[in-house]
Amino acid sequence: MTTTTTTPAPVSPPPVSRPARFKVPGAFLLGAVLLLGVAPLALSDFRLNLLAKYLCYAIVAVGVSLAWGRGGLLVLGQGVFFGLGGYAMAMHLKLADAAATGQTLPDFMQLYGTGDTLPWWWQPFANPLFALAMTVLLPMAVAALLGFLVFRRRVKGAYFAILSQALAAALSIWLVGQQATTGGTNGLTDIQGFFGYDLNDPVNQRMVYFVIAAVLLLLMAAARQLFVSRYGELLIAVRDSEERVRFLGYDPANVKLVAYVVAAGMAGLAGALFVPAVGIISPALIGIVPSIGFVIGAAVGGRASLVGAVLGAIAVAWAQSTLSDAFPAAWTYLQGLLFVLAVGFLPGGLASLGAVLRRRRPRNRTTATGETA
Amino acid sequence: MSGEGLTVRDLRVTFDGFKAVDGVDLDIRPGDLRFLIGPNGAGKTTLVDAVTGLVKATGSVRFGDEELLGRPVHRIARLGIGRTFQTATVFEELTVLQNLDIAAGAGRGPLTMLRRRKSVPEAVTKALETTGLTDLRDRPAGVLAHGQKQWLEIGMLLVQDVKLLLLDEPVAGMSHDEREATGALLQRVSEDHTVVVIEHDMDFMRSFARSVTVLHAGQVLSEGTVAEVQADAKVQEVYLGRASEPEPIAASLPVPEEA
Repeated sequence: MTTTTTTPAPVSPPPVSRPARFKVPGAFLLGAVLLLGVAPLALSDFRLNLLAKYLCYAIVAVGVSLAWGRGGLLVLGQGVFFGLGGYAMAMHLKLADAAATGQTLPDFMQLYGTGDTLPWWWQPFANPLFALAMTVLLPMAVAALLGFLVFRRRVKGAYFAILSQALAAALSIWLVGQQATTGGTNGLTDIQGFFGYDLNDPVNQRMVYFVIAAVLLLLMAAARQLFVSRYGELLIAVRDSEERVRFLGYDPANVKLVAYVVAAGMAGLAGALFVPAVGIISPALIGIVPSIGFVIGAAVGGRASLVGAVLGAIAVAWAQSTLSDAFPAAWTYLQGLLFVLAVGFLPGGLASLGAVLRRRRPRNRTTATGETA
Repeated sequence: MSGEGLTVRDLRVTFDGFKAVDGVDLDIRPGDLRFLIGPNGAGKTTLVDAVTGLVKATGSVRFGDEELLGRPVHRIARLGIGRTFQTATVFEELTVLQNLDIAAGAGRGPLTMLRRRKSVPEAVTKALETTGLTDLRDRPAGVLAHGQKQWLEIGMLLVQDVKLLLLDEPVAGMSHDEREATGALLQRVSEDHTVVVIEHDMDFMRSFARSVTVLHAGQVLSEGTVAEVQADAKVQEVYLGRASEPEPIAASLPVPEEA
């Protein structure tokens, strides 16, 4: 604690602590240099493509950090929004691929389809702008509708989590059942081009990586702004004491709805970017298990901390592709164990490890807690 | 003191057949510092719950010209009615300043909400001074002492710009000094607000009440100044248990207006 001898000024200065003013842009710059400069130079095409995939999961984690970390909404169904975004993008790319070879129907429809006309709900996706808009707007609209119904009825906690998970299951089951129009279990596969660029060309794959990395950085900056805004403070207040917020004259349902819808939009965008990076979107990538996977990374890294959630998502995705090759059967259990350990014993995730250790040593505490706002 | 009074007519709240509030009439004028007392289960908190929209009730509760019954909680709050709870509920992870800032902001537009707080709103500065929490403004509310949390809650009601404060046992668990400080705070607040206090502490009530309503078994048993209520034989019977000796403190109380 610092003892200030000056008399308190009648007009108070803004309560932004000085070190934070330089620390945050500094960290952001470092992240940008690592993602846009170091990684493309240091990694092979193959590894960079894997990183691109992990960064898509990290984009989902940014939204999870907002909705779950700050808003207390355990969003166990982000696969729905990831899937909607992914399918919206993949539908357009499949149509563009087909058009490039002079076909009117995507390849799988020629195999399994019932007619030779495109289903009506596929048709608008031939327009690139419409498809791009839908990758974000469709997930947001679904989240708004669901959130409106759920939050107004004051459904929360585990019930909300189960509900959102059921939705993820429902969507993937529905997709599997619609083989003629969605590709069924296979999903939409074998995507060749991305807005005129050949995805088989490594140069274009690198470009996709840069797009993904840039989107991640932008969304982190946007989320950071939300975190420090008055809305961010209100969101924490709603998380910690919804009833009290109501007595202050706010409707907590609206506050939660905003976080949920924004997180859904981010997941949708992540799904859309996942498609050119990986070349496929399928029900197996958006069902219950991947939906849980989306929150595990954030939980392990630290859901309330933006950087923690992002790094956690990248690390868990990396561990998954490394370990699931070596121990395919054990990975699921390990994933579950990680989740339980993180939520049960380190709710702040690895990002809070420093603070937790500091608390264990009460000696240093008085000096450490002075200037944290 | 301009503004609205609270008018309660034939208020009834029933839980599974149990009549928690059973036909209460209550008039609280603007600028009053009213104490609601009564034994456990008399319906004091339920009455406040009904007024603030937390439980369903029949009858009528008017604040000025506005009927409150049937409105959602946050709408009632926006009419200028604020309350606290028996256990202080502040946002523990947020600082004192952030707590107050949120309380001040129910009418903010989306653009303001999405920006960072650049300066401290005047109402917040004033509330920090009124509650004596200026030096603690950047501390997380969770580390405040019990009494300070209650004061923060009262401060939150002040910046919320409520006209009517409903406080549920604000001095429960407080030390003697904290009680005195709270009482002084309530008197300051009641200069330009209407205050209703639910209280068990009789000494506290005698020292600070301007008017008193005694509830018993969901009904109004007695109403008046402290002296009048204490002189009421029915009150002595059910609440004080026996005929009590004359209270010197009560006799010397300033009584600003007839209730």
